[in-house]
Amino acid sequence: MESAEPEPSGSRPEEEEEEEEEEDEEDGALPAPEQPLAGMEDCLAKKMEITVSEAEKRTGRNAMNIQETYTAYLIETRAVESQSEGQCAPVESLWRRYSEFELLRNYLSVTYPHIVVPPLPEKRADFVWHKLSADNMDPDFVERRRIGLENFLLRVASHPVLCQDKIFYVFLMQEGGWKEMVNETGFQLKADSRLKALNATFRVKNPDKRFTELKHYSDELQSVISHLLRVRARVADRLYGVYKVHGNYGRVFSEWSAIEKEMGDGLQSAGHHMDVYAASIDDILEEEEHYADQLKEYLFYAEALRAVCRKHELMQYDLEMAAQDLTSKKQQCEELATGTVRTFSLKGMTSKLFGQETPEQREAKIKVLEEQIQEGEEQLKSKNLEGRDFVKSAWADIERFKEQKNHDLKEALISYAVMQISMCKKGIQVWTNAKECFSKM
Amino acid sequence: MSLWKGAGGGTGGCCARSSSSVVAAAAASCASSHRGGGGQAPAAAPQLLAEAARPPLPPSLPRSLPGPGTMSSGAASAPKPLPSSGPKSLREMPHPLATSSSEEMGPALTPSPDVLLPRSIADKDLSLPNGTPVDTSSPASSSSLLNRLQLDDDLDVETRDLFVTVDDPKKHVCTMETYITYRVTTKTTRAEFDLPEYSVRRRYQDFDWLRNKLEESQPTHLIPPLPEKFVVKGVVDRFSEEFVETRRKALDKFLKRITDHPVLSFNEHFNVFLTAKDLNAYKKQGMALLSKMGESVKYVTGGYKLRTRPLEFAAIGDYLDTFSLKLGTIDRIAQRIIKEQLEYLVELREYGPVYSTWGGLEVELSEPLEGVSACIGNCCTALEELSEDMTEDFLPVLREYILYAESMKNVLKKRDQVQAEYEAKLEAVALKREDRPKVPADVEKCQDRVECFNADLKADMERWQNNKRQDFRQLLMGMADKNIQYYEKDPVVSAGNFGAEEGYWVKGTREARKSRQLSSHIAAANFLQAAFLQCPTQINIHIYINVNFKLSGKTASVTGVCCFLNASFSTVEYSRLP
Repeated sequence: MESAEPEPSGSRPEEEEEEEEEEDEEDGALPAPEQPLAGMEDCLAKKMEITVSEAEKRTGRNAMNIQETYTAYLIETRAVESQSEGQCAPVESLWRRYSEFELLRNYLSVTYPHIVVPPLPEKRADFVWHKLSADNMDPDFVERRRIGLENFLLRVASHPVLCQDKIFYVFLMQEGGWKEMVNETGFQLKADSRLKALNATFRVKNPDKRFTELKHYSDELQSVISHLLRVRARVADRLYGVYKVHGNYGRVFSEWSAIEKEMGDGLQSAGHHMDVYAASIDDILEEEEHYADQLKEYLFYAEALRAVCRKHELMQYDLEMAAQDLTSKKQQCEELATGTVRTFSLKGMTSKLFGQETPEQREAKIKVLEEQIQEGEEQLKSKNLEGRDFVKSAWADIERFKEQKNHDLKEALISYAVMQISMCKKGIQVWTNAKECFSKM
Repeated sequence: MSLWKGAGGGTGGCCARSSSSVVAAAAASCASSHRGGGGQAPAAAPQLLAEAARPPLPPSLPRSLPGPGTMSSGAASAPKPLPSSGPKSLREMPHPLATSSSEEMGPALTPSPDVLLPRSIADKDLSLPNGTPVDTSSPASSSSLLNRLQLDDDLDVETRDLFVTVDDPKKHVCTMETYITYRVTTKTTRAEFDLPEYSVRRRYQDFDWLRNKLEESQPTHLIPPLPEKFVVKGVVDRFSEEFVETRRKALDKFLKRITDHPVLSFNEHFNVFLTAKDLNAYKKQGMALLSKMGESVKYVTGGYKLRTRPLEFAAIGDYLDTFSLKLGTIDRIAQRIIKEQLEYLVELREYGPVYSTWGGLEVELSEPLEGVSACIGNCCTALEELSEDMTEDFLPVLREYILYAESMKNVLKKRDQVQAEYEAKLEAVALKREDRPKVPADVEKCQDRVECFNADLKADMERWQNNKRQDFRQLLMGMADKNIQYYEKDPVVSAGNFGAEEGYWVKGTREARKSRQLSSHIAAANFLQAAFLQCPTQINIHIYINVNFKLSGKTASVTGVCCFLNASFSTVEYSRLP
């Protein structure tokens, strides 16, 4: 797969054709030998024209604080001008740790609630089968996380809206002072409280149907993918067992061959092949982990999708509440103006008991109410507008996301199939070799 | 072809030692038991002896190997016969079946003392037809010689004059019990049989009886094992198809091994087993016969203790011990693998449907997801077959050899007993302090017994080793084959399913991205080519057409098509598109 293979240098013919010079940067990460690139580049290709610049990431361990150990990741960026000039731009690099990535993502989620924000790789190892450790410091886990973080940056950078964010840019370019900058935006205040969101979910009356469906979809997607990952982990476990037991053949054939004359050589070499067979499972499963990671990404994406739906619900709820409020105020006003008490109210009661208000008081009240109504109507109008805008832009992003998802998952499934095929071919190879040895017995 | 350069001259130590008749008889039996490896093929080290002692073969032997008829004429391929082992002596030799016990024990057989015992052969300087010297000092190396000389299978078929098959199991329901009988078919040209063809029905009990009889009447020989009488493991249905079939195969093997044995196949009981309509009557009669002949009495252990086993038999003993140990280990490993595979299967069975469920959620992805689900389903089926095959074909053979090894060890022990008796008697004589040049007759007898036993055993061991090698070769190759088949089943199906998916995916690409399409075609072709190498052509074409339709109209299609064409014809050169 030419286009999908990450190349160490910046020259990529396809991008050259498509890219026009533009401000935004693109982080095409490279020496990562893995495949997340494939999806990334395709996404990139789908987007509006972006200037390519390269970035690199490496894991490092910096014990800056004596008390804790954490992993820091090296982000490298490099601007790529145009192909003809070749690589001469300097590499900029800085170190970030996972928590900073989390901060970035939170900021993006709050600031762009209508966008399906790319997810981070898992914080803790989940869906492990017995051979993989669940330890965060395990080198394999760290490596997979590095790839995931790189993938995250690529996704953000390929996103037409997100890649324009200043905070994101600074995240990539400037190590010091970034945290403060983020906090200064005060995004935490804008974040909706969980409770409010939950409330909205239950109380909203007329959410956009599409969003409701989407929410169901994302719930089911989450559940099916986690089920899949769990079973896959078990399958991997069992397969590992099958292969490894064959290794015992190797040992016993060797021992047996010691007492045999003519059969000895054949047995011995066949035993060797059994050992090879048993060892081959390690590579096979490592590749499969990659597939699992691709699925995991979409598992977490489903969560992001849900977040957008929730936001819509919230906004809709707000809208409905505002409309309700307005309606009741109008009603009050009307009542005061006409003097009719349509609905039971404390005011009505008290006025009955304690006498009606003076006309001046009433006038004042009506005035206040009218002002409030005015405000309310304006607010409602703007909320409506907001809501419609939100729906529009969110839906656009969702469509984009859907395409991306379909494409990525298809590729993932195909590469999974290829993996399986190659595993079978290896199996055939080994057993054919063993058979040959047996035939020489 | 002159096989035995030095063979002509030797008379062997043991031959000279005792009276001619007994030893000669022993020699004759040993010789006959030396007849070749896998089949009745006399293409073996002691070919010389084989010629001397072989019972009359049908005259229609076309072989380059000498039959009795051609031997005297000194056929081109015949090794130089010993002066005494000419056809005359052969014909004068009483028929082995006439007196079943006479082979080992009996008096008055005419083969001369010049006929060599296998042990003496071992001492000779032997060489292969091409002149390379051969080491025959151990049973194993003797059998290697056997193997190298055993040139083609035709040898077996054409020299064989007895064919036995076990098939057609049938269930019988009687008032007292229900049991299975098997049809035993015999085809033969041997004179010992009245008719050229027989077909009888036998049940397991009968086979068991036969084996016991053989053990009694031929205690110095290795009797092949029977499949286990009772199956303890788990709840096994005695009447299930798999169990019956497994047993039938084992019984067939059992009879074939006896048929191939130059001594056992002439055993009277064997003959009756193959031919008698009513075996039960014979069985009862046999009891009486038994006491008359006193067969079983001969080798009752007199409680003699053997001090040291001769080196070669000790080696055999050690070998058997290690051998059965290793086989036991392999049996356990195989069982463990099957168990792991079944557990893997369980998980796979859950795995596949999840993809289906997911497919139900999606629109564009549903086809590929269903494809994966179907693939996994096929994996399951293939795996099931593999496990079944292993259980039915692989494990029983292993177990049979373990049983074989056990019975062989018993024979070794019996041999020890015989030798112990001899030694004890010898000592007793020595203690009498009589200065005799001549050793008393019964001690001599013991000595002969010992030697006979040794000879028989060694001969059998050689044959056994050879057979074992063939059997295991076949067995392990079969195992490898099954595994290969299992892996082959996978990609064929995957590719088929993903071919369809691939076409779909190509359809999904955007119009404007020409280069990306190109890359996707490359990807598709690359992937499919990998798969095609395993696929039969039909699937190739199907995929090709499928994808082609999707590609039509796009400029990349031409090059894309070329890729697929290449791949579908499995050409090794796959041209990378620029």
